[in-house]
Amino acid sequence: MIANSFRWEANAFIGFVERQRNLYRRYWAWEAVWLLYSLVTVLSIGYLASGLSTLGLEPSGVSLRDAQLFLLIGALLWTYLSMVFFEIAFAVTWERWEGTIEYTFMAPVRRITHLLGICAFSLAYGIARAAMIGLVVVPLFKLDLSHANWLSALLIFAAATLPLLGLGIFTAILPLLSPEKGEQMAFAVQGILLLLSGVYYPITVLPLPLHLAGLLSPLTYTLSAVRDALLHGASPSNVLPSAAILLAMGLVLVPASVWCFNRAEARAKRLGLLKRSG
Amino acid sequence: MLVRAVDQVNKAAVEMCGITKRFQVSGRGLRRRPPVEKLALDHVSLEVATGEITGVLGANGSGKSTLIRVLATLLTPDEGKASVFGYDVVRQAAAVRRHINRVSVEAAFFKEMSPWENILYAARLYGSGGAGTRTRVEAVLDRLELPRETLDRPMKQLSRGQQQKVAIARSFLTSPSLLLMDEPTTGLDPRSRREVQDLVNVVRAERAATVLLSTHDLAEAEALCDRVVILDEGRVLAEGTPQDLCREYATDGQPATLEDVFLRVSGKRLEEDVEEEEAGS
Ligand SMILES: Nc1ncnc2c1ncn2[C@@H]1O[C@H](COP(=O)(O)OP(=O)(O)O)[C@@H](O)[C@H]1O
Ligand SMILES: [Mg+2]
Repeated sequence: MIANSFRWEANAFIGFVERQRNLYRRYWAWEAVWLLYSLVTVLSIGYLASGLSTLGLEPSGVSLRDAQLFLLIGALLWTYLSMVFFEIAFAVTWERWEGTIEYTFMAPVRRITHLLGICAFSLAYGIARAAMIGLVVVPLFKLDLSHANWLSALLIFAAATLPLLGLGIFTAILPLLSPEKGEQMAFAVQGILLLLSGVYYPITVLPLPLHLAGLLSPLTYTLSAVRDALLHGASPSNVLPSAAILLAMGLVLVPASVWCFNRAEARAKRLGLLKRSG
Repeated sequence: MLVRAVDQVNKAAVEMCGITKRFQVSGRGLRRRPPVEKLALDHVSLEVATGEITGVLGANGSGKSTLIRVLATLLTPDEGKASVFGYDVVRQAAAVRRHINRVSVEAAFFKEMSPWENILYAARLYGSGGAGTRTRVEAVLDRLELPRETLDRPMKQLSRGQQQKVAIARSFLTSPSLLLMDEPTTGLDPRSRREVQDLVNVVRAERAATVLLSTHDLAEAEALCDRVVILDEGRVLAEGTPQDLCREYATDGQPATLEDVFLRVSGKRLEEDVEEEEAGS
């Protein structure tokens, strides 16, 4: 009985991953544009760093190369994190656009299977795109990653996955709560994360309230620990506290977000918010 | 397993008792009006016998889609109880979902994806999708007289009629015991409409599934349905076989048409209403 229902859900999980893949393949022109857009954003951050010296703003103490590395790692990581975040956050919105939402929501599949399927594809796709951008950026700016401790970076990267999924699922709930304004809210959430998480600066430069809020964002720990690993060669034991915080956040955020999603779905079914035409 | 099979034969496929659904309709636009309450279903009770085709006949806005969504577990009723093969649509939604599928007015597909990709996705959600699915899909499409080459073209390139056939193929492939069809022929050209109707007749002839079909087309209800439920403003006004209804509402010994029946019970004409809506949109 349990084995059967596991097989059933696993099959559906494959279905969601497969669907996302087919969907993105069919929208390949859009995907190419987004990839270009992300690449251009990262490049311009890189050149911004290169340009700092011409402004006579050579940071004292830190060399320009370090500043560039700091900014580029931020830009690359942000590209990855925001892409994965968006793919998940738009899971509901996308189905609204297509008009398939009721079909997906009436299928005999657990919601967690649905959400994890979307998450799995988003992660794989996000990693692939970030890798492509990295392959351009690292040689182009001759980034010096000789001090990097890759194992530590990987550890943080893995630990960051769970809270990232949690944030995405939480944001995916918004269009279920408000069909009219939920989509816009996803952009707002993304903007706030960008501001608070120290993507291009250490969060200590933020005013105290924002600084404190930044401490609640899992991306803050991801960015600072990955930087420690790549810039200063922090060892796995050095980044362990950050990894532990991220894991703890993930272990709270993921179940909480799935639980809230189910509540929001029940509310949408009560109020008739899934779809009303037809 | 056997017990349940026997159970299903004896039980009505659908039992609805006192189902009521209200919506809050908020005023839109700049000048927000206070929300008003819309009673979409008003204590609806009905039964659908296993293996039959039951038609829900009603004008636009009479609550047909709402009724179907309640059974599809897409809307939670405010009052009343409804069950599908004995499973409560609210408390046992997961079990209900395994037994049903739905075809809606608008063919709901990922428009850039091909019919094959859309159907494969549906198959996966309903426990299949492995080897052999492609062959089964092709067989169904042949039966629907859809050219094979449409299978791999983006959905948006297909005509409305073709899309609706793919929607029907999709629902057949998941082998639902109860098929909910919400105005499956509305908006189709006459030829596609006939073809879809023929298909429903095949289901009926083969007793392949219990069907609940909503329509605002009297002729369609008469041609396809074993039983008809007349719905107006969320209330069931009459129900029975088309023949019984026509006999019951006969005047001066002349058997009534379904149109007369509708006029008598609801006080309005169905066709007028529909034209009005089409002119308005
Ligand atoms: N999700 C919804 N939110 C608000 N009002 C709705 C919703 N769905 C239906 N209604 C309203 O309920 C009534 C019945 O609608 P519906 O069931 O779609 O009728 P039909 O399918 O017979 O045309 C209509 O007045 C419609 O505007
Ligand atoms: Mg309708």
